[in-house]
Amino acid sequence: MRRDRRRDDVTEVTRRKLRVATTSLAGCFGCHMSLLDIDERLFALLERIEFDRSPLTDIKRCGPCDLGIVEGGICNAENVHVLREFRANCKILVAIGACAVTGGLPAQRNHLDLGQCLQEVYLTEPSVSKGLIPNDPELPLPLDKVHPLHEIVKVDYFIPGCPPSGDAIWKFLTDLIDGRTPKLGYGLIHYD
Amino acid sequence: MDTTALETATQPERLRRVVIEPLSRVEGHGKVTLLMDEDDHVQQARLHIVEFRAFEKFIQGRPYWEVPVMVQRLCGICPVSHHLAACKALDQVVGATELTPTAEKIRRLMHYGQILQSHALHFFHLSSPDLLFGFDSEVGRRNIVGVAAAYPDVAKQGVLLRKYGQEVIRHTAGKRIHGTGSVPGGVNKNLAADERAALLADIYQIVAWSRDAVRMVRQLFEQNLELYRSFATFPAHTLSLVRADGALDLYHGGLRARDADGRTIFDHVDYDHYWERISEDVKAWSYMKFPFFKELGPEQGWYRVGPLTRVVRCDFIPTPLADRERREFLAFDDGRAAASTLGFHWARMIEMLHSAEAIKDLLHDDDLLGTDLMAGGKRQARGVGVIEAPRGTLIHHYRVDENDQVVRANLIVSTTHNNQAMNLAIREVARRYLDGRKLTEGLLNHIEVAVRAFDPCLSCATHAMGKMPLSVQLLDAAGEQVDQLVRG
Repeated sequence: MRRDRRRDDVTEVTRRKLRVATTSLAGCFGCHMSLLDIDERLFALLERIEFDRSPLTDIKRCGPCDLGIVEGGICNAENVHVLREFRANCKILVAIGACAVTGGLPAQRNHLDLGQCLQEVYLTEPSVSKGLIPNDPELPLPLDKVHPLHEIVKVDYFIPGCPPSGDAIWKFLTDLIDGRTPKLGYGLIHYD
Repeated sequence: MDTTALETATQPERLRRVVIEPLSRVEGHGKVTLLMDEDDHVQQARLHIVEFRAFEKFIQGRPYWEVPVMVQRLCGICPVSHHLAACKALDQVVGATELTPTAEKIRRLMHYGQILQSHALHFFHLSSPDLLFGFDSEVGRRNIVGVAAAYPDVAKQGVLLRKYGQEVIRHTAGKRIHGTGSVPGGVNKNLAADERAALLADIYQIVAWSRDAVRMVRQLFEQNLELYRSFATFPAHTLSLVRADGALDLYHGGLRARDADGRTIFDHVDYDHYWERISEDVKAWSYMKFPFFKELGPEQGWYRVGPLTRVVRCDFIPTPLADRERREFLAFDDGRAAASTLGFHWARMIEMLHSAEAIKDLLHDDDLLGTDLMAGGKRQARGVGVIEAPRGTLIHHYRVDENDQVVRANLIVSTTHNNQAMNLAIREVARRYLDGRKLTEGLLNHIEVAVRAFDPCLSCATHAMGKMPLSVQLLDAAGEQVDQLVRG
C-alpha cells in the first residue's frame, strides 16, 4: 500500500483534535450555514476537530488554533481587530466565500460616499422623528470601503462561492485534516 | 410600562462598563453593554447593532430582476425570506396580481422549507444548549457539540430536520443557500416527479420529529416552570400577518396589530400602505432603528413580531397537529407560557410542526408538477411585498423607473421590529438577575439567553439604508381628505 509521506508529517497533529476557530465579519452567515450543510457528517467532523471561538460556541476570544475560517469582508474597525486576532492565533487562515475573497456584495457600496449614505439614512429621511447619526463610542467606525481579507492580513487558502457548497467545505476540511493539500475539483468550485 | 428605565444612565462616566461581545449563538454582529455602579447595581443596559451596510442604496440603479438574488445576500440563514419578499413586491411591478397555482405553491413550499430549517437551526444548534444544560452551565459545553455528546438523538434530529428543510429549498430554489427559483411574476422551475418522491420519502419522519420537538419544549417548561414563565417577560404590542379568515399564514395576509391584552389596534390592513401605520425612531447608540405604531407614538407604540406573536395572535393554525399543539400552548399554566419570552421557543417549534405538515400537504398536490409558471400584466412603478420570515414580519418596497432600474428601496426586516423589545428583555434580566451581584460568565449568559429567545438576525438588521415613503394628506376644515400625495 502506498504511503502518503505528507501524512507522516502531520501524525502529531492528527493524533489530537484540530482546534478550529470561525467567524463571520461583513458577511451574511451563509458560509457558516454551508458548513452546517455537511449535515450528519458534522458528527464525524466533531471526532476530528474541536471549536474555539465561533458563532456556534460561547468562546468570545480566539485562542491558539490550527485553523481559522473567516467569512465576510472587512467593513469596519472591529472587523480589522477580529481578523488580526485570528491571524495572530491561527496557523492556517482560510478566506471562505465571495465576501472574504473579494469583498462580495457588501463591497458594492465602495462607489458610494459613506458620509452621504449616513446623512441620507439618519438625517434626511422624512419618517424619522429625531434626526441624528448614530455616533456612540460603542459603535465601531465604518471603513470608507469594504475590503477582502488579503488586503489586511496574509491568507493561506481561498474558497470561492456564494456560498461554497457544504460538499466543497467538507472536501477542504477532510483534505486538510488528513494531511493532503486541499484540492477542490471542477464540480466543487463556483463563482456565483 | 416605563420603556426608558435603564436605557441611559445619568452619569455614565462614573460607572464601570461591562460588555458582552460578540453576542454568540445568534446570527450577525451585536453586543450588549452594561454600566454598573460601585455597589454592582445596573444603571444602564443596551443592545447595540454594530454593523452598517448599504443594501437599499447600492441596489438603486440595478435592473429590478436582479433584486431577488441580490437582496437575499442580506442573510444566509433566511435568504428565502428576502428572495420571496422581493419577488412579491416585484410581482406588483410586472403586473402579476395573481400567480399561477404552480408558482404560488412552489414558492410556498420553498418558504415552508426555510421556516423548517431556520427554526430547527435556531432551536437545536443555537438555543438548546441553554435550555438543556442550564443558563449558567459550563461554557465549554454550552454548544451543539455538547448537545451531541449528552443528547445524541436530539442533536441528530436537529441536524436532520435542518437538512430536510434545506433539501426542500434546493429542490425549489435550485440551491440550498442563495438560490434563484423565484422570479418577478412567478418561478423558473416546477418540482420534478423524482424530486417530489425524494421529499415524500422522509416527510412523515420529519412531521413526527417536529412534534417531538414541541413536546420537548413543553417538558422544559414543566421542569422549570417558575423560571420559564417569568424569565425576561414583559407585556408588548404585537404585529403579524394573518389570512383573511384569521388563520396563521406565513406567506401572505393582512397586518394585524394587537395590544398586550389582545385588544385590536388594527386588523386585516392591506400592507401596501404600511408606512401609514409604522414609523421608525433612531438612537445614537445603535445602527438599528426603532419602529413603532404611528398612532401610539415612539414611546408607547413599539411592538414585537415573530413566532410567539404569530402563534398567539392568529385565530387558528390551518394544519391539525400544529393547531392542537397551539391550543395546548395557549392553555398551559393559565396562559402564562404564551405570554412569556421563553414561550418564543415553544411557538417556534409549533411553527416548525406547521411547516412540516404544510410541506406534507403540498407534496400531495399535483399543481407542483405543473408547467404554467409565469404570470404578468400591466407594468407598475412600485410594489410592496410582505412575508412572515422565520423571525417575523418582513417588508420590502421598491420603486422602478421606465428603464427597469430600481430608483428607491426600503426594507424593514423582522429583527428591526423587535429592537425595543429585545432591549427591554435584557433590561428585565439585568434588573432581576444581575443587579447587585458580582457578575460571572453564567450570569452574563442570562442576558444572551434573553436575546436568543427572539432569534435575532443581526445581519439582516444592519442594512440600514432605507427611506420610508412619505404620505401627505390635505384635509379640509371638516377633516375630509381633499388630496393625497405619496412618495415612495
